[in-house]
Amino acid sequence: MTALVITGFGLNCEEESAAAYRKAGTHARIVHASDLFAGLETLRGASIVHLSGGFSFGDDLGSGRVFANRVRLERLPSGSTLLRELAAFAADGGLIFGVCNGFQILVRAGLLPNLGGDFTPEVTLTHNDSGRFEDRWVSCVAGRSPSPAFRDLPRLELPVRHGEGKLVVRDDGIRAALVAQGLVALQYADAGGVALGYPANPNGAELGCAGLTDPTGRVLGTMPHPEAYLAPELHPAWATRARRGDLPRVADGLRVFQNLVAAARTTTA
Amino acid sequence: MTGAAQVIALHPRGDATDPRASALRTAVARHLRRGDEPAQPAPGVRVYRLFATTHAGDPEALRAFARAALADPLVDEVLVASHIGHDLAGSYVHLARLPGLTDDEARSAELSWALLAGEEPVEWTFFTQELVVFDAVLPDATLAGLARDVLGNPNVHALTWGPLPFVAERPRSVALTAKAHVDEVPLPDTDAGLLELSRGRQLGLSLAELRAIKAHLADADVRARRLAAGFGAAPTDCELEIFAQTWSEHCKHKEFNATIEVDDRERGQHRVVRSLFKSYVSGPTREVCASLEARGQGFVVVVFDDNAGVVRVNPTHNLTLKVETHNSPSALDPYGGAITGILGCNRDAIGTGRGGGRLYFNTDVLCFGPPAYGAPLLPGQLHPARVFEGVHAGVRDGGNKSGVPTVNGALVFDDRFAGKPLVFCGSAALVPASIELPEGPAPAWKKDVRPGDLVVTVGGRVGQDGIHGATFSSHELAEGQSRGVVQVGSPFTQKLVVDFLEEAAARGLVSGVNDSGAGGLSSSAGELARLTGGVRIHTDRVPLKYPGLLPWEIFLSESQERMTLAVRPEHERALVELARSRGVLAQAIGEFTDTGLLEVLHGELRVARLGLEFLHEGAPPLSLSAVVLAPTRSPARARAHEADLGALLLEVLASPNVCSREAVVRGYDHEVKGKTVVKPYMGERGRAPQDAAVLRVDHDGHEGIAVASGICPRYGDLDPFAMAQGAFDEAVRSLISVGARLPGEAEGPFELFCGCDNFCVPDSVFHPENNPDGREKLGKLVRIAEGLAEMVRAFEVPMVSGKDSMKNDLRAGGRKISVPPTLLVTMVAKIRDVRRAVTSEWKQPGDVVFLVGETHDELGRSIALGLLGDDGGVAPVVRLADTRALYTLMTQAHARGLLASSHDLSDGGLGAALAEACIGSGLGAVVQSGADELPALAALFAESHARFVVTVPPEREPEAAALFGARARRLGVVGGSELVVRWRDTERVRLSVDALTSAYETRLA
Repeated sequence: MTALVITGFGLNCEEESAAAYRKAGTHARIVHASDLFAGLETLRGASIVHLSGGFSFGDDLGSGRVFANRVRLERLPSGSTLLRELAAFAADGGLIFGVCNGFQILVRAGLLPNLGGDFTPEVTLTHNDSGRFEDRWVSCVAGRSPSPAFRDLPRLELPVRHGEGKLVVRDDGIRAALVAQGLVALQYADAGGVALGYPANPNGAELGCAGLTDPTGRVLGTMPHPEAYLAPELHPAWATRARRGDLPRVADGLRVFQNLVAAARTTTA
Repeated sequence: MTGAAQVIALHPRGDATDPRASALRTAVARHLRRGDEPAQPAPGVRVYRLFATTHAGDPEALRAFARAALADPLVDEVLVASHIGHDLAGSYVHLARLPGLTDDEARSAELSWALLAGEEPVEWTFFTQELVVFDAVLPDATLAGLARDVLGNPNVHALTWGPLPFVAERPRSVALTAKAHVDEVPLPDTDAGLLELSRGRQLGLSLAELRAIKAHLADADVRARRLAAGFGAAPTDCELEIFAQTWSEHCKHKEFNATIEVDDRERGQHRVVRSLFKSYVSGPTREVCASLEARGQGFVVVVFDDNAGVVRVNPTHNLTLKVETHNSPSALDPYGGAITGILGCNRDAIGTGRGGGRLYFNTDVLCFGPPAYGAPLLPGQLHPARVFEGVHAGVRDGGNKSGVPTVNGALVFDDRFAGKPLVFCGSAALVPASIELPEGPAPAWKKDVRPGDLVVTVGGRVGQDGIHGATFSSHELAEGQSRGVVQVGSPFTQKLVVDFLEEAAARGLVSGVNDSGAGGLSSSAGELARLTGGVRIHTDRVPLKYPGLLPWEIFLSESQERMTLAVRPEHERALVELARSRGVLAQAIGEFTDTGLLEVLHGELRVARLGLEFLHEGAPPLSLSAVVLAPTRSPARARAHEADLGALLLEVLASPNVCSREAVVRGYDHEVKGKTVVKPYMGERGRAPQDAAVLRVDHDGHEGIAVASGICPRYGDLDPFAMAQGAFDEAVRSLISVGARLPGEAEGPFELFCGCDNFCVPDSVFHPENNPDGREKLGKLVRIAEGLAEMVRAFEVPMVSGKDSMKNDLRAGGRKISVPPTLLVTMVAKIRDVRRAVTSEWKQPGDVVFLVGETHDELGRSIALGLLGDDGGVAPVVRLADTRALYTLMTQAHARGLLASSHDLSDGGLGAALAEACIGSGLGAVVQSGADELPALAALFAESHARFVVTVPPEREPEAAALFGARARRLGVVGGSELVVRWRDTERVRLSVDALTSAYETRLA
């Protein structure tokens, strides 16, 4: 079983993303997006496709936008587009996970949330209300959703590192459908539950949304970075917790990848 | 010719938030409140992102394109029009980049246009601009002020303003019409004529240097060979430019290598220093390296010979380290200057050996005038708050978009940085120790360039930008000086180059690599040429941004994001093919030779032919004189019993040089790559400032690297020698605090611990009118260098790379602002197991607090004394043997796992360190001052070096007390919600942690 980690054009979390899948017990292969566009590489043989965080095309025209334009519009040598290849990959049971810039690409390409199944934009990720890029740890809650990523992980702590992470939904109908189908897979939280206000909600996202899945649960995107929390000592309070004796054995971020790998294994098997 | 044209305009819909407009509204309101503008209500602001285009014709087609590829369909309103705001009474300011400057977003628009049209992208068909519309008619002078001082920068933007409507014009590209040619420049016979030539051509060459060039070219042998090769007896324009660049202070470090007559009035002696660099930097480092090597503890692989120092991390990986300054560009265009600074430093870190490195981390140390600077601004001087804001944004974009965590740094404020800021960018890369080649593994750190290898330029195209950068940065800033030196960096372009280079090097396609930064090809190819003994460049093969550049401009241009590679001819095809697939431009432009010559051709034109030996060794050495004065020592006048020390502590915490940098630091991505174990801010609340950052080397092991910096220019006013030693100690003790061990402590084969020195000083060359105290300034520099050398030897910490920047002055409006002489010391060390790193914040109530190290009555230039308006006192000094012994004890404490927390004492002394540990944990403490024999003011606020506040679990208190003995004093216990400090059994401070926190978290700017 292989997780394909896509990199290139300014994406920059491929190293730790590959490490995440490896630590979760599967093989990970880093593939340059240019090789996918050139048809030198395909998604065939992979069980998971991972779009990592970063600044693809320097965030020009809006984060993830140029990459998504290429995904939607660029003809592969096969005559298809990467969008069609990704959709077919998910339809065949593959899992697609986009983090931060990867999430932004999935949204702008129309793969998330894709309620209508026709890849039209139903939500967007736009500038944080603060107007600033921030690197900060947040608390999240994961409710019931079709995605397998947060199984047995009702509450997680992860870092956010973005300037354009505010989820805006097109209209009330879409909003209602997202809630009804449980597609808001991950939400910013404070002690009282889902957080709508700064700073617990770092960007002002509607519904406190930190992560979205599609109705099949096979496409997932999150703004927080689980691949940045693969070991307990990557949490900012690890030293305090170690002194108290309550440092977790497995970091929250790694558990997300363990869940994804387990789910992919079930589908593949 | 320009004329009204259709432009695409995007702006967020009515109900969508627009953070950019909100930020501008605040900035505009602030500007209008400043004294020189008549009072008026702040206008509403709307911001349009404009895409001007050369695609003429159908507005519908433009609108469809904008909707499909540019606009966010849920957020943006799309407008395609020739007039904007014709239905509104108001004003506008329009910002367009100066022609030829990098415009990545326009390239992305062209790519998207091409995708939709099914064509190949065409450059310079789109141009991004910004239109700021005010809902009130503002006077012309107000708009001009807003345009220049708030919205745009005349060094970067073409700015227009006026009453609405805004009328769009067809965008202009750079259109140069010059036909390639080479001028011969006869050297005048008189000294006055030579100097006039240097001034007129902005060569920055001295009379002695011009005479040396003249004598060289007059040599019968040289002359005959030149004539035989088709050159004239006089130098070409390009040759003069090559001399100017190669012999510039920036590239040649003439002052750092000068012979200095020192009149030492402190000791009453005369001495001669032959090269500060050799005497005090490279000399001591080479001694230390040899001594470590002899004891089997060597770790230094390359020092002083390449773009960055190379040190061994473990058997499979080396680390490169480099810290650069980018002061002059940052003074003119803070944002662009900071970006190009970071990107340039990153190119050094990976541009070492034969490449193959992966960027590991960045550091940034920034010195500005205070945000509340109130002195009138000189012509061309930007307000320090604006410089701060721009540089911060530049560091943020430059580092973040490079995918490199920015993990450590400092912010230093002083009025004297208001003329020229100091912008230090540090960079480290992890490089495989060897690269697999068909003939076997080859060391990656070692260039293997041979005659016949091709010169390949990689990355950005060349334009007129950045011409004369190397000579420019070697001078003080003067009014009206800027055009051509300002550049807009492209982190995106460079990210592609960096990724490509790692891949190409790993495939064995590269035999040597060099950064192409200051001095352009002249510098990068010229330096590589020394490895084979010659190079021949064809400037007509260099990819250009636009036609019409002269050959010398192509050779000297500093257009960014370029690297120069040496490539075996048989690898050219594979290299160029890989580059093309990764979206990177790579082009062979010449070959390395062994002719002893630097040759430049442009088609049939003979552009330059210079002997490498004369070029690199022929510059006449500089002779300078210096005066060393005794350190200033006077008693501190402020009296402890007169001050409310609690109130003073709050003031110290809120002062710009101490207060929390969290809001600044959170703008930087400090954990991309998922390796940052000790981040800049730690603890449950993420508020505890740390002394050093710690990153693991890879995701599978637990080895790590710690990085820290030391800088304390204030003490230099009293004692430059002590200042240098203090900066060095600050970096060392920060690493010791987190758990690193100095060389010599380890029982293992080697333990990495090394540094990088950056000198930034004002003009220190005596001149009767311009710089009457130049000798005293040079005397300070001599003492700083001597202080550094002594520390290198005492701690056995080699300086594996460094940089000096010599002319940090602003001269304008008949005044001069000079930076205080400043030494930055950046250090890295190995951490055996990152899970044992120790952080600064209290961990648990009941833990016992110790002060490790001794407090002295050293209040000179301390934060507290400054707040009390007292410029007396003595500067803290480093006591070498005591300090070294103390660090051995700290290392033993770490090894035994005794320490629950450790925080080094620096700005603000014990008071600030205690408060930070409280703020970081949310826990209070009840403690003694630990220095009752001193006045209370000194006990709490002296900034003596080599001290730590540590905590120990209560059950291990006896063990800690026994280990440290007389070197530590028990202060008290962690707990409660207040910080209580007693001195001689009287309570001098009682403050809640909340009060400490709110003082400390005063927002900067």
